[in-house]
Amino acid sequence: MVEFALPKNSKLQKGKEFSAPKNAARVKRFEVYRWNPDTGENPRIDIFHIDLDSCGPMILDAVLKIKNEIDATLAFRRSCREGVCGSCAMNVNGKNTLVCTKAIEEYEGTIKIFPLPHMDVIKDLVADMTNFYAQYASIKPWIETQTAAPDRERLQSKEERKKLDGLYECVLCACCSTSCPSYWWNSDKYLGPAVLLQAARWLEDSRDENAGERLDELEDPYKLYRCHTIMSCTDTCPKGLNPAKAIADIKKLMAVRQQG
Amino acid sequence: MIYRLPLTGIVSITHRMTGVILAMGLIIYVASFFIILQGNDSYLQLQTMLDYTIIRIGIWFFIYALFFHLCHGIRHLIWDVGQGFEKDDMDRNAIIELALSLVLTLIFY
Repeated sequence: MVEFALPKNSKLQKGKEFSAPKNAARVKRFEVYRWNPDTGENPRIDIFHIDLDSCGPMILDAVLKIKNEIDATLAFRRSCREGVCGSCAMNVNGKNTLVCTKAIEEYEGTIKIFPLPHMDVIKDLVADMTNFYAQYASIKPWIETQTAAPDRERLQSKEERKKLDGLYECVLCACCSTSCPSYWWNSDKYLGPAVLLQAARWLEDSRDENAGERLDELEDPYKLYRCHTIMSCTDTCPKGLNPAKAIADIKKLMAVRQQG
Repeated sequence: MIYRLPLTGIVSITHRMTGVILAMGLIIYVASFFIILQGNDSYLQLQTMLDYTIIRIGIWFFIYALFFHLCHGIRHLIWDVGQGFEKDDMDRNAIIELALSLVLTLIFY
């Protein structure tokens, strides 16, 4: 539900400050959200001054440098470091992104790094994705068929395959869903842009034979129709996809179906 | 709030707020008809009240809210037929609707 003020135990406090080496020429200031569930303390903002001459070009490089050289207790997710695994989604200066594909150079002044907004925090920059993944499973992200299995693979024409472009590239980083005000307020009932983009991906798939059942499942005032075309999702997607358009396409399928 | 809403997001919440303003304004608008129906005296009283600067500003604000709500509503209709989702056009279209609602208010003036 909507909560406008942070609860007492979520109020941000000032944290530690780590200065850069004295001989550093290019110093960048990073503010990083820290929270440890074991200490019982409120979340705090730690400040790290980093020498860019001894740091890689991406935000992830800076975060890794902090963990490797300054404060090993910093918790965050990362894996592929090239934008295909979707692990390192964070909120950087007010916008969600994959930090491995964002250059430090793109930001002027202080860089503020927070976990994905409005998700439960497990520790520091690690958000709890349980609900997000459960919602993904709920749209049955696999081919469902009704006809008997053919002797060979179910084939697609080039045109049919083309329909999946812009949908299949999603890495489920949850940048879009956690940028969506509707998802902030109703993530228990509204599926959110990322999961709906995947719903569209399986509705568009020429080999899938359960489009009707899929639409039945989505026909719900919350699951689909909490999208109010705010467009934060499309604005923030680090892969350049368009969840808002995918959701509109589902709504269109729904309207066409109701016409009979 | 940590998140910095994009222009489309700001326009979207403004659409909702202007909707609330329009709904409340409509009640006052209808109430003013009832006041007029009370007779000549109350009509004159209403006239003097409408001349207050603060009230006049409020009315113009209401008119702008009306046109803004109209412009964004039209954009919603375009979205509903599946058009206007391109990322590059998003900010441009938001500026168009803001400018157009201002122009409409001025034309109304």
